[in-house]
Amino acid sequence: MSRLTAGDPVPPDPDPAASPLDTPGEDDGWRGVSPKFVGVELVSSLIGGLVLCAITVPFILLRTWFGWPALAVAVVITIVTLALAPRRVRAIGYRLRADDLVFRRGIMFHRVVSVPYGRMQLIDINRGPVARALGLAELKFVTAAAATGVAIPGLVAADADALRDRLVELAESRRVGL
Amino acid sequence: MTAPDARPSDPSDDPTPPTPPTPPVPAAAESEPAAPPAPAPTPTTELTDGEWHRLHPATPLLRGGIVLIAILGFVLANFRERLVDWVFGAPELPGDPLQTAYERGQIGWISLIVVAALVVGVVSFYVSWRLHTFRVGDDVVEVRSGVLFRTHRRARLDRIQGVSISRPFFARLFGAARLEVSVAGQDAKVQLAYLGSAQADALRRDVLLLASGAQLARAQETGAPIALPLDPAAVAAAQAAPAPETATAPAGASDHHPHPGLVNQRMRELLAPELDPALAAPSSVVKIPPGRLILSLVLSGFTVVLLIVAVFIVVSSMMGRRELFVILIVPGLAAAIGYYFNRFTKSLRYSIAGTPDGVRVGFGLLSTSNDTLPPGRIHAIEVSQPLLWRPAGWWMIRINRAGAAGEGSAQTSTTMLPVGTLDDVRTVLGLLLPSLAKPAAPATGEAPADPVSTRDIVLAGLTARAGEGFTDAPRRAWPIRPFSWRRTGFAVTDDAILLRSGFVWRHLSVVPLARVQSLRITQGPLLRMLDLVDLAVQTVAGPVRARVPAADRVAGTAAFELWASRVVDAASTDTSHRWATPSAQPTPPTPTAQPTQAPPAPPTPEGDPR
Repeated sequence: MSRLTAGDPVPPDPDPAASPLDTPGEDDGWRGVSPKFVGVELVSSLIGGLVLCAITVPFILLRTWFGWPALAVAVVITIVTLALAPRRVRAIGYRLRADDLVFRRGIMFHRVVSVPYGRMQLIDINRGPVARALGLAELKFVTAAAATGVAIPGLVAADADALRDRLVELAESRRVGL
Repeated sequence: MTAPDARPSDPSDDPTPPTPPTPPVPAAAESEPAAPPAPAPTPTTELTDGEWHRLHPATPLLRGGIVLIAILGFVLANFRERLVDWVFGAPELPGDPLQTAYERGQIGWISLIVVAALVVGVVSFYVSWRLHTFRVGDDVVEVRSGVLFRTHRRARLDRIQGVSISRPFFARLFGAARLEVSVAGQDAKVQLAYLGSAQADALRRDVLLLASGAQLARAQETGAPIALPLDPAAVAAAQAAPAPETATAPAGASDHHPHPGLVNQRMRELLAPELDPALAAPSSVVKIPPGRLILSLVLSGFTVVLLIVAVFIVVSSMMGRRELFVILIVPGLAAAIGYYFNRFTKSLRYSIAGTPDGVRVGFGLLSTSNDTLPPGRIHAIEVSQPLLWRPAGWWMIRINRAGAAGEGSAQTSTTMLPVGTLDDVRTVLGLLLPSLAKPAAPATGEAPADPVSTRDIVLAGLTARAGEGFTDAPRRAWPIRPFSWRRTGFAVTDDAILLRSGFVWRHLSVVPLARVQSLRITQGPLLRMLDLVDLAVQTVAGPVRARVPAADRVAGTAAFELWASRVVDAASTDTSHRWATPSAQPTPPTPTAQPTQAPPAPPTPEGDPR
C-alpha cells in the first residue's frame, strides 16, 4: 500500500508514512502551489456538484424510484470533493531539477511527469475568472507530445511570470531538436 | 544487412572520434579523412542554386486543368455537330441551344464569349504558373504562389521530417511528379506540384543533401564558403569524379538525353520499377509478395469484426427483421470492399529500403508514391502481431513521426511494414534505427562480454513468453493483466527504451531516447492496492502508444529516474537534425553535454535496485 514516490530519491525503506509526497517539505526541492488555490478548487467543485445535483432533479420531478437516492449520492460526492479540496491542492507540486521539470498531482489517481527543459515548445499562462480574483495563474508547459499535459495551476501571478521566464531561459540553454 | 550499418547513424552515445562524416553516398568507402578533393556529394541540379525557379509547364493542366479540357471538349463536340451540319446539311435537331442561337444569328456572340472565357482561363492559369515559384537555398526551401492572395512559405532544411514524391497516374503520363517537403506540424509541408519526374528525384536528393549538413561540415573543414554550386572547384570535382549514384540515377539519364523519343521515354518511366535499383543495396530492400498481402488482409482483425457483424445481421434477419438486412448489408458490404481494396492497393508493390539519405518507403501500382525519412525522424516504433497472424509468424511495424508527408492518409505514412516475417522485421528495424543494430553495451557500462544489439533484444523479446532482458510485471499484476502480466515489461538500452505488452495481441514499442518528449508515471487506487505503477513514454502523436500498464512500484520508479536522466543525455548529444555532420562535434549551446552523468538532483541512494 505504498504510495508512488517517483520524482524523488527512492527512499531506502519504502515506508509509506515517510513518503515526501504527503508532506512536501522545503528541503527536498518540491514546491507546492499557493494555498489560495483551494478557493478555485472549492468553486469549481461546487459548480460541478451543483450540476450533478441538477441532473437528478428531473428524475425527482418524474417521481422515478431512484430520484431521491441519486440526489443523495450527488450531494455526498459533492461534499467529499469539497472536503478533499485542500488535500488535492497540497498534492500538486513541481520541482526544477538540473535538466528537467518534474510535476505531480492527484491523490487517488497519482501522476508524476518529467519533462526535459529542452523539449519545451511554448509556455502558456492562463487565468480563469476565479483565479484572477485571487491573483493566481496557471502555467502550461507544452511539448511536441500532446499527451504531456503539464499544467501547474495556482501560482501567484508574479511567480508564474518569473517561473515562465526561468523555464524559457533553461529551455534556451538546453535547446535540442524535436 | 551491410548498408544500414555503414550509414551515419543516430549518434546516441559513442562519439566516433576522428572518423570522417561519412558522406551519404555509396562512394564513401574511398573518401578518407581530410581529403576534400575526394568525390564528395554535391548538388546535381541547378534547382538548388538559391534562385527562384518555376514548376513543370504542364502544372496548370495537372492541377486543375482537367476542367479546362472538359470545357474545351464540350465546346468542340457541339461545334463538331455544327460543322457536320454546315458541310452535309444534316437534319436540324430541335432543342439544341446552339441551334437556337444559330437561328437567331447570334453565333458570333456565342463564339466570342466562349473564346473570351477560354482565353481568360488560359491566361489566368499561365499567370498563376508564372507566379508560382520556388527556391532552395542552403538553409531553407521556399515557395511563393497565388495571384490575388500571395502566399510565401518557407521551411528550414534542418527541420525536415520527410520528403515524399508522389506521382498520380495522370501526372505520370506527363512525366510529372509532386514533391513534398514536410516539417513538424499540422499540414506543415512545402509542396512543389508539379516537377519533372527525374527533376523531382534529383531535387529530393539535393534537398536531403543540403539538409544533412554534409556540405556545411565540408565547408567548415576547408574554410570554403558554403555556396558550393558556385564554387568552381567543387563543381569540377563533382563532374570529374562521377559518383556511381549520379551516373546511374535516372536524373542524369533523362535530363541530358531528352531526345530518344518522348513516347519511349514515357513508356520506360511507366514500366520502370517503383524503386530505382541503383538507389539502395538489394540486401536492404524489403518487399511483400501480393499473396501474403491478400492473406494478411483476410486474416486481419477487421475481418473478424466483419464476420461477427455479418452473423449478427443474418441472425437478426432470420428472426424477422428483414428491413435490417437490407438497410445494413448493402452499405456495409460496399464499405468493407472499399476498405479491403484501399488497403490492398495502398500496399501493393510495397518496398522499404535504406538509401543514403534515410529510409525510403514506396508503394502504389498506378499512382505511385514514395517517402524518405531522414535519420532521427522516427519518434517511436511499434512491432505488433494480431492473433490471427501468429500461425504465419507475421508482424507489422508502425511508427510515430512528426509531420506526415505525402498524399496518403496517416495510416499509410506511419505504416513501415504492413506485413512481414521476423526476418523482414529484423531488416526494417535496422533500417529505421541503424543504431539499433549496433552491439550495445549493457546499461551499467561494464565490459560487453557478449555484445548484443538492441535489435536482438527486441527480436528476442517479441516472441518470448517472459524475461529476455525485460523487467516484467510481478505475479501480483494478474488481476489487471490476467494473461499478459508475464510479458508486460520494459527494458532500456544505450539508445532506446523498449516496452513490451500483450499476450493475445503482442506489442513491442521502441522509443529512441533522443526522441522522448516526456515521461509519465501514474498510479490509481487499484494499482496502489497491488503496489504497481503505470509507466508511459510520451512522444509526438501517432499510432504507437508507448506504455507499460503494470510494473513493480520500486522497479518502475527507479526506471523512471534512470530514463529521465538518460533522455536528457541522449537529447543533448543528438545531432540528427544535421545527420551527416561529424557526431563528435557537439552542438554549441549545450552546457549539459558535459560528462554523461545523471543529473545531480537525485543522488539515487543505496536502496536503489537499479
